[in-house]
Amino acid sequence: MNVAVGVVLPELRIPVTPTFVISTAVATRDFQDVHHDRDQAVRRGSKDIFLNILTTTGLVQRYVTDWAGAMAMVRSVAIRLGAPCYAYDTLVLTGQVAQVSPTGCVVAVVGRVAGGDHVTGQVEVGRIP
Amino acid sequence: MESTINAAAERIRAAGAGPARPARDPVNLPMIRNWLEAIGDRNPRYEQDGLAPPAMTQVWTMRGLHPAVEPADPLSAMSAVLDQAGFTSVVATNCEQTYHRYLRDGERVEVRSRLVDVSGPKRTALGEGWFVTTDSTWYVGAEAVASMTFRVLKFRPSGSAAAPPTSERASAPVSGPASAATSERVSAPVSGPASAASDRDPDPASDVLRPVVTRDTAFFWTGTAAGELRIQRCGGCGQLRHPPGPVCRQCGADRKDHLVARGTGEVFSFVVHHHPPVPGRRLPIVVALVELTEGVRMVGEVLGVDPAQVRIGAAVQVDFVRVDAELTLPAWRLLS
Repeated sequence: MNVAVGVVLPELRIPVTPTFVISTAVATRDFQDVHHDRDQAVRRGSKDIFLNILTTTGLVQRYVTDWAGAMAMVRSVAIRLGAPCYAYDTLVLTGQVAQVSPTGCVVAVVGRVAGGDHVTGQVEVGRIP
Repeated sequence: MESTINAAAERIRAAGAGPARPARDPVNLPMIRNWLEAIGDRNPRYEQDGLAPPAMTQVWTMRGLHPAVEPADPLSAMSAVLDQAGFTSVVATNCEQTYHRYLRDGERVEVRSRLVDVSGPKRTALGEGWFVTTDSTWYVGAEAVASMTFRVLKFRPSGSAAAPPTSERASAPVSGPASAATSERVSAPVSGPASAASDRDPDPASDVLRPVVTRDTAFFWTGTAAGELRIQRCGGCGQLRHPPGPVCRQCGADRKDHLVARGTGEVFSFVVHHHPPVPGRRLPIVVALVELTEGVRMVGEVLGVDPAQVRIGAAVQVDFVRVDAELTLPAWRLLS
């Protein structure tokens, strides 16, 4: 990894289809209806089904390891949740190296949707010991 | 109610970690493959080395399609207390996971959680609520393999309950007796109603935060719609009061009527609100606590003014901002 503070990660754009929302919810064993049943989601006040938190965490982790490579070791993922990411949104992930240490680095990640910041967070990665 | 919630929080917090909940299945490759495929993660290492992606940690201990009720779980216990108090909706706001090592195919994990903090009541864009923070640790045998700090907001959705009018609270950045003002930013729905403030455009009038109209406050909003600024008056002792309420704080009488204010007053105090964004408003805005000529104080936006011009003691005159057929907000203009 060629790493320095300020290095910008390539942007990742994810078309958030209903299939994506539902398959990720089920793959993370989250069966709450707002992640797979639009009628129920609307009844509960949402405009559509939306991503669950475990998926957001997974996407943030994946975004950083896509860049850091297969040998990177993720030590932590800390996220703050904002606007919901609904079906038919495009989730745009961007990132920048925020800190570098002899054993790894911290990447600041933002995931945006039409409604604003869906997620902001930091991922700490190191190499395999 | 506040003390009941705090007492329950203290009891649950003092009880420490809840019982360990074992994962339903050992760490396994079929679930790992499903996850990688759904998330779109092409890192080959997990399948080659029989490792689980770290962000899957919590997946192993998810409760499944038909979760059992777990009264001993600290988050469940605290949620039940808040449900009881009317804070029935939930959104997650923060999730911080630390991975001590990657899990291996075949390992069996279990998780234990404890309540760390309960703070509130706080006024948020979604309604009044309490922030509940828990810490969870995942174990393989006695070895801690990962930990998580998780925070949710348990809230009473705006518009669904008789929230008391807030005009005496300087934190209310819009106007009128009962605006669900945002003082703390909140986030992505877990399962509850899902209209986070950040999901809105900053201008159309239809996006204005709407007051909760109750039997006690209806006369006020009927008044603003008719171009009258009404002040509640005790039917017993004649004391004027704002925000309106069911009972006189001076004599205890529950009879009341109202008078129509002259619509003049002075800036008693004010704030210039720059951030965070407020639905339906272009910032900055000036929000003043106005002392009416009749003596009561009322919060409202000062319209059409350079924030630098506003002074404590400045004379103001009421104005009415019609949002739609149902809502007219009182506001203020400097008298020059």
